[in-house]
Amino acid sequence: MSDAAMIDAKQPAIAAETKPWRAKGTRPFISVKNIVKRFGDFTAVSNVDLDIYKGELFCLLGESGCGKSTLLRMLAGFEQPTSGTITIDGEDMARVPPDRRPTNMMFQSYALFPHMTVEKNVAYGLLREGLSRSAAYERAGEMLRMVKLEKQARRKPDQLSGGQRQRVALARALVKKPKLLLLDEPLGALDKKLREETQFELIKIQETLGVTFIVVTHDQDEAMTLATRIGVMKDGIIEQIGEPREIYETPNSRFVADFIGSVNLVEGKIDAVAPDLMRIETNELGPVLLPPQPGYTRGQQVWGAVRPERWALTRAKPETNPNTWQGVVEELGYIGHMSHYRIRLENGVLIRASQSNRLRDEDPISWDEKVWISVQPTAFRVLTR
Amino acid sequence: MRGWFLPLAVAFGFIFLYAPIISLVVFSFNESRLVTVWGGFSTRWYGELLRDRQILGAAWISLKVAFWSATLATIIGTLGAFVLTRFSKFTGRLLLTGMITAPLVMPEVITGLSLLLLFVSMELTLGWPAGRGLTTIIIAHTTFCAAFVAVIAQSRLRQMDESLEEAARDLGAGPVRVFFDVTLPVIMPALVAGWLLAFTLSLDDLVIASFVSGPGASTLPMVIFSKVRLGVSPDVNALATIIIGIVLVAVLIAGWLMHRSMRKL
Repeated sequence: MSDAAMIDAKQPAIAAETKPWRAKGTRPFISVKNIVKRFGDFTAVSNVDLDIYKGELFCLLGESGCGKSTLLRMLAGFEQPTSGTITIDGEDMARVPPDRRPTNMMFQSYALFPHMTVEKNVAYGLLREGLSRSAAYERAGEMLRMVKLEKQARRKPDQLSGGQRQRVALARALVKKPKLLLLDEPLGALDKKLREETQFELIKIQETLGVTFIVVTHDQDEAMTLATRIGVMKDGIIEQIGEPREIYETPNSRFVADFIGSVNLVEGKIDAVAPDLMRIETNELGPVLLPPQPGYTRGQQVWGAVRPERWALTRAKPETNPNTWQGVVEELGYIGHMSHYRIRLENGVLIRASQSNRLRDEDPISWDEKVWISVQPTAFRVLTR
Repeated sequence: MRGWFLPLAVAFGFIFLYAPIISLVVFSFNESRLVTVWGGFSTRWYGELLRDRQILGAAWISLKVAFWSATLATIIGTLGAFVLTRFSKFTGRLLLTGMITAPLVMPEVITGLSLLLLFVSMELTLGWPAGRGLTTIIIAHTTFCAAFVAVIAQSRLRQMDESLEEAARDLGAGPVRVFFDVTLPVIMPALVAGWLLAFTLSLDDLVIASFVSGPGASTLPMVIFSKVRLGVSPDVNALATIIIGIVLVAVLIAGWLMHRSMRKL
């Protein structure tokens, strides 16, 4: 308990409001320039540019094989880039081997040394740094207290639970106070409940120590919870970089819109552009009215994205909203705090909508009911690719 | 049919395998000088054995040969296995991986003969090894034992989580340190198993040793074989029983260690 209090008492080194990437001209702490990695004919990472700022918790998000782990391994020094440069705190990493880099890594498998005790595992890096045995073990002990494992210090890794092993791996990676900590699916092996708890613990530790984190994950909820910013990767390319909210609300492509959360995508052409209005003639929904947005021309091919929770479901026809359609509830999934609907429009198009269940004694819209669905013009995100 | 067929088949198989060994062990405790006639229980031949200078000398040579060739084979085999599993693909890797296992299937006569020819021509051109004896037997045994160790070490290294080595690297250890701090301790049980296997293989070998040994360096199997040619004497039974005991213990320990290291990973 006292450990938690200790963490709380310390002022977080980085205030949550600090967003250096928003200010123009801030010097990035880690700079990846035009990096390419090929394995034979296969291009794992192609022409990635990435700037990461001091104290960030940056998440690389993507499906397996998208190149996110390769990018992480290049930062750690386990893979040599085919071309491009990596700079950490102003120092070019090109000829620096992994054992001399100011980075540490937490492995997906944790990679705890099975023949060493927990304490020895954590002290190992400090001993390699040339610290005396007593100083190394003292610092390892402090670190183990922080992750609440001081009682398990003398155990071997195979005598620990999955969650405890995860904390040993974190302690071992942090004990050298690296400039940059790389985490490869740090919570991937934990069960759901423990994962959610650990997410916030990880953020707290990161803020207390002020170490810059780069986390690789395929779990979008995890990325959204942890990250200051997310880089969404696909086929070796970073599709979009942004704060969790930007990624969710203003995705820059159909891929990102579909990958993060769920979405209804419609295809169409811009039909009219007026000073106060823009209209898209869509294949699925017919005409859709939107507020005017700069940079679009008449006749341009676009896609519209609407998140399921943005739809309003009503039994009566909404009077004022022009973006209104009628349909029948075909599927309904009640999951407690929300209900997921699939609504079949008259023209056969299926719309995904969800409603949060805020009242206990609602009379919910149910199967086979005729409903009106409507969406605010501002809830439509227009995409060009 | 199922009720009696399987147990019978198993019993037949095991009798076929072990009956000769069991009869040898039983007759080693035979009082009679005649090997085929039971004359009552006695440990007489074991005592006789301990007074036989020739056999004790050969046993000592065999143990020395086995110890040194097992040790050298473990070092060479481990290094070979490490290079073949850990270094990124180089030309000829597949060929080398295949070649390292070739001595396992090579007829011993050929191995022995080729080594003999090598030693003779080396002596003529380099002056070393001078004559044949302990050194040449150790070298010869190291050669084929190293192949066994390499195969065992290779399978263990392949199974080992490579991120363990990367983690040590990441924490500031150079490549050599990583090998001694992490790789070696992790694969150690497999190496001990490999050493024990090499030890018993060397102890058992008759054919290769016969080719490459010289005067004054007869191993135990060579002495037994030459004794038996003059007629089976009961003290050979006693000696064989002791060897079976040693080999059995070594193989059991090796098996147990390998099993444990596979399970722990």
